Amino acid sequence: MYRILSKKILNETVQLMEIEAPYIARRCEPGQFVILRVDENGERIPLTIADYDRERKTVTIIYQIVGYSTKKLSQKEAGDTIQDIAGPLGKPSELKKHKRVLGIGGGVGAAPLYPQIKKLSEMGVNVDVILGGRTKEYVILEDKFREICQNVYIATDDGSRGHRGLVTDVLTKLIEEGKEYDEVIAIGPLVMMKAVCAITREYHIPTSVSLNPIMIDGTGMCGGCRVTVGGKIKFACVDGPDFDGHLVDFEECMRRQRMYKEEEHVCLIGLEG
Amino acid sequence: MPNMSLKKVPMPEQDSKIRTKNFSEVALGYTEEQAVEEALRCLQCKHKPCVKGCPVNVPIPEFIKEIAAGEFKKAYEIIVRENRLPAICGRVCPQESQCEGNCVRGIKGEPVGIGRLERFAADYYMKNVKNDVKEVEKNGKRVAVVGAGPAGLTCAGELAKMGYEVTIFEALHTPGGVLMYGIPEFRLPKALVEREIENIRKLGVKIETNVLVGRSITIDELFEEGYQAVFIGSGAGLPKFMGIEGENLNGVYAANEFLTRSNLMKAYDFPNSPTPIKVGKNVAVIGGGNVAMDAARTAKRLGAENVYIVYRRSEEEMPARLEEIHHAKEEGIQMKLLTNPVRILGKEGWVTGMECIEMELGEPDASGRRRPVPKAGSEFILPVETVIIAIGQTPNPLIRQTTEGLDTHSWGGIIVKEETMETSKENVYAGGDVVTGAATVILAMGAGKKAAKAIHERLNK
Ligand SMILES: Cc1cc2nc3c(=O)[nH]c(=O)nc-3n(C[C@H](O)[C@H](O)[C@H](O)COP(=O)(O)OP(=O)(O)OC[C@H]3O[C@@H](n4cnc5c(N)ncnc54)[C@H](O)[C@@H]3O)c2cc1C
Ligand SMILES: Cc1cc2nc3c(=O)[nH]c(=O)nc-3n(C[C@H](O)[C@H](O)[C@H](O)COP(=O)(O)OP(=O)(O)OC[C@H]3O[C@@H](n4cnc5c(N)ncnc54)[C@H](O)[C@@H]3O)c2cc1C
Ligand code: SF4
Ligand code: SF4
Ligand code: FES
Ligand SMILES: [Mg+2]
Repeated sequence: MYRILSKKILNETVQLMEIEAPYIARRCEPGQFVILRVDENGERIPLTIADYDRERKTVTIIYQIVGYSTKKLSQKEAGDTIQDIAGPLGKPSELKKHKRVLGIGGGVGAAPLYPQIKKLSEMGVNVDVILGGRTKEYVILEDKFREICQNVYIATDDGSRGHRGLVTDVLTKLIEEGKEYDEVIAIGPLVMMKAVCAITREYHIPTSVSLNPIMIDGTGMCGGCRVTVGGKIKFACVDGPDFDGHLVDFEECMRRQRMYKEEEHVCLIGLEG
Repeated sequence: MPNMSLKKVPMPEQDSKIRTKNFSEVALGYTEEQAVEEALRCLQCKHKPCVKGCPVNVPIPEFIKEIAAGEFKKAYEIIVRENRLPAICGRVCPQESQCEGNCVRGIKGEPVGIGRLERFAADYYMKNVKNDVKEVEKNGKRVAVVGAGPAGLTCAGELAKMGYEVTIFEALHTPGGVLMYGIPEFRLPKALVEREIENIRKLGVKIETNVLVGRSITIDELFEEGYQAVFIGSGAGLPKFMGIEGENLNGVYAANEFLTRSNLMKAYDFPNSPTPIKVGKNVAVIGGGNVAMDAARTAKRLGAENVYIVYRRSEEEMPARLEEIHHAKEEGIQMKLLTNPVRILGKEGWVTGMECIEMELGEPDASGRRRPVPKAGSEFILPVETVIIAIGQTPNPLIRQTTEGLDTHSWGGIIVKEETMETSKENVYAGGDVVTGAATVILAMGAGKKAAKAIHERLNK
């Protein structure tokens, strides 16, 4: 059992939790994730380590409530415990000492982006970030990014904050204005990462994405998380989750992510609260 | 007077029509009378050929003699001197190629049902004898074990009996390895595996779940934490794919994923369990081993109407236990033998069929088995919505990638000295599937036991 030390509501559907997890906090690096089970008969769900505190032996997760298990998790409060949390899983991100990097975080994707950008800024890299969301409420961690970034650009679908439109509009504008980036790190919905890669490919900007296929064990044992990268099968949980976005078969990823659409619906029926 | 019947006393079983609708155990076990009757078939051979076939040297005639005399508790005590997990081995050992394969009664007629008798003794003991496993006085020396499969559990148990403080680090949330996530309930009840693990805990062994060695902690860090030796029993969990077209379509599973969803995550009880699983009306399982049989029989129980085993050699070459092949057929699993998949077909991203080609047996290959070669022009399409790939597993690369000085074969297996299970890295031992590649429960246990002995000798030098 693992104790939840604090909980914060970031918006209607996104919440943050700090969980005591000594083994994970000791060694985890940006880019890695955990797999947790909320209760005894819970399913195993992967969540990125959004932050960690080695002294307090804690990791922070930021999750969006999208279905059964994230809803169950959201019903836990500070002081409660969750059944299992395993990690750190996946490869740490390969962060290079570039001159200038652009981070793009779509929705809750800002959470997994944060530790990478934080590490880069600690390494002395100049970082800009574009954060996107449906409305201004869905833009998360803006303040935390402002502490470590040179520029933070915002895009919302309804224009309630920043640019009205998509993060890719802002990306194109920045490039066309002559901003030079050595690398783009894009994390968000697959459609967003795909669209970002289409643009950066044209401008020959290396682009790293973080893939989130359906996982079970997260240790390389089931093969369920396989993705095609550069024409080869990779297991996202051990070979990733970060990959060269220009080599990823996004269509396949999107299709495989929808594998249990019907069942996920069934699973929600009867879930209260 | 020995019982001279040429056949084993038949095993009571769930009817094949009923059992394909549930996940309860298929083989129900002998009654006391049946066990005695079967035990009486043993000739108590002086030269004990059967024992030579058993990788852990269970004193077979001795324990069978006690069963014949109605001394069931004694029989159990004799077995556990050599085998810590008899209830499991009695159920899953490939007896026909091990102990029973050497039994003299098998020359004319069927061999003595050694596995069934072993299972009987273990089940009897569990049901009737109050467990009196006692924690042993500690000797102050600490050993770490990686992986809570049969190899790791056995090694830990043996060391704990000798007074070591043992901690097992297990990546998943439940210990047991393949016994929990791979082999289905209908063949190996999980309550029974849990009970065996409980016994190992009672010996004082600590099990830390959710720790992936190589990521959560490295082998070198284990030594820094004060462990004096490490045993690696991390198994062969990495599934192989075929590299054919369509393998990433929705509806294609590696057997590990399919079985893990069903067994460990209880997807068969969806939506009471939140982990889903997809099974079409028509399912093709590729492979001919125990894993393939388990996946096929699980698919049937999950509601598939037509389940095919697609295997490129003939039935004789199937590596699965005889009993499993027999049970699978009884349950209506259709054997497509001498058949090889060519590609998986799909529509809008979902599997709609599998193109196969017929094979014939040619010259013997390196394994001594006749090599299957494709018959030109014999391609046909098997209409299926689900494909499960069960063509083997190799060791997970994580530990070798994160442990300096640990020599491995090119296929990933850890290299050890056969007598001691010592690796190329000082005070690091390894055994089970991570050394041999996918093998058997009993071999993994044998390796764990051998390593425990060697670790004990090393730490007392
Ligand atoms: C490496 C990785 C890191 C992730 N990090 C985060 C994060 O930091 N914050 C966050 O909010 N989400 C993250 N996710 C996604 C998160 O795991 C899913 O949203 C969650 O599992 C949904 O579970 P559910 O039961 O609530 O929803 P469901 O209704 O079961 O599913 C909703 C959708 O979530 C996805 N999903 C379902 N089950 C899984 C699964 N076992 N593994 C992966 N995806 C699944 C599918 O796309 C599905 O359509 C990450 C996923 C991966 C693979
Ligand atoms: C479906 C199926 C059916 C089978 N049927 C039979 C049968 O009928 N008879 C038979 O004799 N054999 C059978 N086998 C084979 C048998 O189960 C294996 O040979 C045996 O389990 C190997 O034992 P092991 O201890 O080496 O590894 P495993 O049982 O694989 O256990 C390894 C454990 O280590 C853990 N682990 C892996 N990496 C790490 C890490 N880095 N850190 C921490 N923990 C880690 C894993 O999670 C796992 O729990 C079957 C196998 C399968 C998959
Ligand atoms: S452990 Fe396995 S091989 Fe040995 S006697 Fe028992 S069933 Fe036979
Ligand atoms: S070989 Fe067969 S008959 Fe002879 S002792 Fe062994 S089990 Fe009994
Ligand atoms: S989640 Fe099972 S192999 Fe990646
Ligand atoms: Mg879910």
